[in-house]
Amino acid sequence: MLERIEEIRAEANAAIGAAASSAELEELRVRYLGRKAELTGVLRGIADLAPEERGKVGGAANKARKELEALLEASAERLDASELDARLVADRVDVSLPGAPPRAVGHTHLIARTTRQIEDIMVGLGYSVAEGPEIEHDYYNFTALNHPPGHPARMLQDTFYVRSHPEVLLRTHTSPMQIRAMETQPPPIFIVIPGKVYRRDSDATHSPMFHQMEGLAIAEGLTLADLQGTLLAMVRGIFGGEREVRLRPHFFPFTEPSVEVDVSCFQCEGTGTLADGERCNLCKGQGWIEILGAGMVDPNVLGFVADSGYDPERVQGFAFGLGIERVAMLRHGVPDLRRFFDNDVRMLEQFS
Amino acid sequence: MKVPYSWLREYCDPGVAPEELAERLVMTGTEVERVTIAGPPSAESFVVGKVLSAEQHPDADRLRVCAVDVGDGERTIVCGAPNVAAGQTVAVALPGARMPGGEKLRKAMLRGVASEGMILAADELEVGDDHDGILVLDEGLSAGAPLSEVLPLAEPVLEIEVTPNRVDCFGVHGVAREVHAISAAPLAADPWAQDAAAEGQGEVSDYASVTVEVPDLCPRFTARVFTEVEIGPSPIWLRARLAAAGQRPINNVVDITNYVMLLTAQPLHAFDLDKVPGGALTVRVAAEGEKMTTLDDVERTLDAETVLVCDGNGPSGIAGIMGGQVSEVSAETTRVLLEVANWNGTNILRTSRQLGLRSEASSRFEKQLHPVLCWRAQAIASRLMLEICGAKLVPGTIDVVGEIPEPRRIRLRAARVKGLLGMTVAQADQVSYLERLGFGVEVDGEDLEVEVPPDRHYDVTREVDLIEEVARVHGIDEHLPTTLPAVARTVGGGLTREQRLCRRAEDGLRDLGFDQAVGWSFTDPGEPGRLRIPDDDPRADPVLMSNPLSEDQSAMRTMVLGSLLDIASRNVARGVDRLALFEAGSVYLRGAPPADGPLAGAFRGKISAPATEPLRFAALALGPLAARSWRGDAEAVDFFALKGDLEALARQLGAEFAFAPAAEPFLHPGRAAAVSVGGEAAGWIGELHPLVCRAWDLDAAVAFEVDAAPLLAAASAGEETYEDVTTFPAAYQDLAVVLPTEVAATTVREAILAGGGELLRSADVFDLFEGAQLGEGRKSLALSLEFRAPDRTLTDAEVTGLRDAIKATLEKIGGTLRE
Ligand SMILES: [Zn+2]
Repeated sequence: MLERIEEIRAEANAAIGAAASSAELEELRVRYLGRKAELTGVLRGIADLAPEERGKVGGAANKARKELEALLEASAERLDASELDARLVADRVDVSLPGAPPRAVGHTHLIARTTRQIEDIMVGLGYSVAEGPEIEHDYYNFTALNHPPGHPARMLQDTFYVRSHPEVLLRTHTSPMQIRAMETQPPPIFIVIPGKVYRRDSDATHSPMFHQMEGLAIAEGLTLADLQGTLLAMVRGIFGGEREVRLRPHFFPFTEPSVEVDVSCFQCEGTGTLADGERCNLCKGQGWIEILGAGMVDPNVLGFVADSGYDPERVQGFAFGLGIERVAMLRHGVPDLRRFFDNDVRMLEQFS
Repeated sequence: MKVPYSWLREYCDPGVAPEELAERLVMTGTEVERVTIAGPPSAESFVVGKVLSAEQHPDADRLRVCAVDVGDGERTIVCGAPNVAAGQTVAVALPGARMPGGEKLRKAMLRGVASEGMILAADELEVGDDHDGILVLDEGLSAGAPLSEVLPLAEPVLEIEVTPNRVDCFGVHGVAREVHAISAAPLAADPWAQDAAAEGQGEVSDYASVTVEVPDLCPRFTARVFTEVEIGPSPIWLRARLAAAGQRPINNVVDITNYVMLLTAQPLHAFDLDKVPGGALTVRVAAEGEKMTTLDDVERTLDAETVLVCDGNGPSGIAGIMGGQVSEVSAETTRVLLEVANWNGTNILRTSRQLGLRSEASSRFEKQLHPVLCWRAQAIASRLMLEICGAKLVPGTIDVVGEIPEPRRIRLRAARVKGLLGMTVAQADQVSYLERLGFGVEVDGEDLEVEVPPDRHYDVTREVDLIEEVARVHGIDEHLPTTLPAVARTVGGGLTREQRLCRRAEDGLRDLGFDQAVGWSFTDPGEPGRLRIPDDDPRADPVLMSNPLSEDQSAMRTMVLGSLLDIASRNVARGVDRLALFEAGSVYLRGAPPADGPLAGAFRGKISAPATEPLRFAALALGPLAARSWRGDAEAVDFFALKGDLEALARQLGAEFAFAPAAEPFLHPGRAAAVSVGGEAAGWIGELHPLVCRAWDLDAAVAFEVDAAPLLAAASAGEETYEDVTTFPAAYQDLAVVLPTEVAATTVREAILAGGGELLRSADVFDLFEGAQLGEGRKSLALSLEFRAPDRTLTDAEVTGLRDAIKATLEKIGGTLRE
């Protein structure tokens, strides 16, 4: 009997080891360990054996059964793994096909993005952001900004007027908000004013609608040197930390002294010449690019808000205004101002 | 203002190349747009020649073969000019000369005769536009002398953009004073210092009289009379100078008036005295509707604020702007009345704008000249009249003048200079800068007492103006320190909550797949009509402009939708088949804005804005929202797809929109909703009406437009408070309710929420079923419910109780629960 058990064990062991699929393995399990299997019969018939035989045969049969069970389990795991592998290998796709498209990715308009960038720089310098009306009173757009009626300086900006309201116009600059802000808040005041402005002009470098960013700082003891430092910080924030600014005296009716501000060219590093020896096209070989107008707020302007706490003998400060589109054009090589308002998605989608 | 360099150097020679001077001018506040060259680019190979003989060309009727002495021998030059003759002294370009425009002159065969150069006409040297005959020079010149000794060749010209405050720089002498100030190079004696000798017959009052009826508009009128005037072309130096300055030479008298204006900035006007009846001039305002023909041959209708210079027959010129034809100086003129007047700048500007007529004179007068300048101009012009026209000056000057303003005296405090600029300028430097600029200066301790010269009377009126003069001559670029205002740090800036939420909304829409657009604020007045908006709707009554660039841009938009449709239409025309656009932008409505609200603005000012400009978030989508794919194409966007985006926008801000069926003329009547938030109307969403789509050449599109103000008011983003969701678990249940089809899902949801009370935290529709087994006109909605109490775990009994309550509220709206 013991020999038979050993035979069965050896035979089953070899068969299980050779099994090539889980189906075959299941067949072997039924054959060697199923209800009708010989070994099962042996175990079932132990009670019929002579008492001195029972222990030995029972022990050998149980040991064989446990060994075969363990073997079957190990083989099953082995076969499962290789069958899964085979199944996975068969289940292949062409990974070079394009992925399923998500909803299209949206894009922030370059004007909005540039506006935010400059706002953030100025917020970092302690400024607040103020917005204001685009349809304005002549008083705020001109008179209170030291452009008296009949003054030639008014002709610098060709103005859209509102029909049947000769004193109402589309603001030609964001500067009217200087006055509204000062009327509302006593000094010190540090604000930037982004927004749309309008001038009656249309070509590659002029659009009847465009965007400006105004800055206004009024407090005790602010100087032209402070203006230079503020503009340097702003320009470096926009165009990079290596930039320099250059202030050239100029004329604006609402600042005195007034300056035009150049930034050192970021394409040629201010040399006017590119690496290949060609003249820099961005600054036209000058090494400097005109970027904005600025100046010390004219005492006449403060005079219009004197009863809001702006005594020109006590407080003073500076203002500046730059064109958002001009900054974006320089930074990103946009050749024509009008492209910003075409809203051609092929352009919109170039700027994430 | 074009300033020929040789002319400038006559008064102040900085001793540097014009480009270097230009750079220095730019850095001190005089904008030099460019430095150009008038005439040929180089003086080389231009010489004086003597015509020895001029013979008919054997093979060409209109050509002459000339022998010309050019100093180093005789040359054969073929010439086409009819006036060439032996004995003339002429200007010759030899082979190798560079002509204006850069072309190099070569030897040429002209009908078989070799020509070794060219005898020049005025226009070929750019000293005038005369091409009819060659330029005949002064006989005293010797053959072979460089032509540049006779007239300026390769003349550098500074093109200056004069700012409106610096009327003095509309004259070469003013620019010369500026050059003197910034370079310290010596300034020549004032050219008006010496007047002409008056050797004419009688007295000026024997010839002419002037009456000024409007002294406030004509502060000064001076007139002189010249007799024995010989009209002719100006000498070549004068013609060359005018041409280089951009002024066409006409005849010697007119050229003198232009020359003196370009030198002093003071315009002049010459009358043929014999065409002025009785020599009597009157300055008066026009009668309303009065007509006259100006020198440019245009008949103009005048108004009652237009100032005229009239003679006995009527208007002879519009004061300060343009003369008339009646008393123009002509070849027959022998007696000249020279007017040098001063006009009210504001009035000149007004009239010039009114008539759409600007001239060299008006562009100077409109900036307000000082009355003192009249005498300067008379003095220089008189000397030239005698010298060039051989005229005799009649003794005396008519001078009708009111009060001449006293020179301004301004105190310049050293402390203010430093306090405003943030840099110190030594007192001695301040004095020398101001004196070089023509100011009178007295030192008073630390400070200065400054007297303003007449040229700068209307420009420099305050201490701050003097500070600017000191700063710019001192050199801002070179000397100004770079500092930051310390106080800004303590003020503290930042975005307001509304500004942050607006950015969040823009980012939210972008992240939902929309491209941001920036549309025109302008539209055409026909847009509301194309949107089918009825005339009595306020949106059909836009703010209109009185002077638009075109009818297409004459109205301010009342809706963002029109802009998005325009943009969509252009993109679709270019072949785009799916589009998702948004704009965060204003519309413009009649009437003053509300006094408060989240977008009323932190800085409103004292006078309310003339119009209301609500900020809107608007979007438009068409076609599928995802690209075409080999896995199958996405469905085209419809009402619910866009509604999902609008709901997501609100949730990103911590708000929730409510939707109710509503009609808008531009929307599909069955697929449109009014949008509200926090109980306030906010806007609309819907599929666009097919007729609107057709008007913009689109197949179909879905859009929404909501006001930012109520959305931001309802937003909780940033203001949330923590809620415990972990301690006590929620209970989840689904329920299905059968109701009449016409009961809106919102009504059902509201009924359920009402029934569930505050323990019912959410109820969301997840299924809609309509089928025969429910019966005609009925539908089944399925919702998932979440119950939670903040302080305990809800028992089954409690939830069952709530469910019963919900069942009861649903029954009130005709719903029955499907168990
Ligand atoms: Zn460059």
